[in-house]
Amino acid sequence: MMPIGHYLFLSLALFLIGAIGVITRRNVIIVLMSIELILNAVNINLVAFSRYFGDVAGQVFALFIIADAAAEAAVGLGIIIAFFRNRETVLADEMDLLKW
Amino acid sequence: MLDSVIFYSFAGIAVISAALMITRRNAIHSAVFLITTLLATAGIFLQLRAEFLFISQIILYVGGIMVLFIFVIMLVRLDVPLPQIRSRTQKWIALLVALAVGVEAGVVIFLARKAPGQGLLIPNPAPADKLPPNTEELANSLFRTYLLPFEIASVLLLVAMVGAVVMAKKRTDA
Repeated sequence: MMPIGHYLFLSLALFLIGAIGVITRRNVIIVLMSIELILNAVNINLVAFSRYFGDVAGQVFALFIIADAAAEAAVGLGIIIAFFRNRETVLADEMDLLKW
Repeated sequence: MLDSVIFYSFAGIAVISAALMITRRNAIHSAVFLITTLLATAGIFLQLRAEFLFISQIILYVGGIMVLFIFVIMLVRLDVPLPQIRSRTQKWIALLVALAVGVEAGVVIFLARKAPGQGLLIPNPAPADKLPPNTEELANSLFRTYLLPFEIASVLLLVAMVGAVVMAKKRTDA
């Protein structure tokens, strides 16, 4: 049986990679994919603790997070398509309508 | 022994393809590397004896969400090669933030590992052959203890579905 720290470090690494992706990429679709990666990293934590405490509640929470990720992806991609129809771009730098 | 071999191979695949995902210029390549990461994470779930999450990760994430992403990438025209990093300062800020958070969380986990039996890491997991059937236990928990959150999640999915349709629809009246 692996010590739980290994899972926590794996989750930390994936979370940080996702965070760097969110900050540095210009393409909004890839920013959304990085957010999915972050949610996934959190799921690893929840499942690892669920296994170690012998309590299935962590897995239930992970299921809810997956449902949330699906909802978020659907709405986010809908917004991206609507934005692309209006402005012909998906670059985050060009999304400055509310900036002055 | 076998456990750690499985863990390290899946973890290595997950981290390497995640790093490739945020560095590729082509959005489709990024999506494919993200799919690889998600599949490796599913392997980690299986190693943690979460069989139901393993299969729903593959069906929902890889079969549902990522297909949606790839559809949108193909719908949205991106012929111009994009400079992948917004600016030098932004890259340095990103690295700095990641380093700060990583060092902080790493120190916390490391200190907790150094003091076994107290704090974060009390539990001693049950051996794998003594575990109850995962799907049964999950269903019991989901439909008894967490029935209300489950219903709220279904309402959330309905709202998201309607919202996505409304936003992606072509406006003919305006």
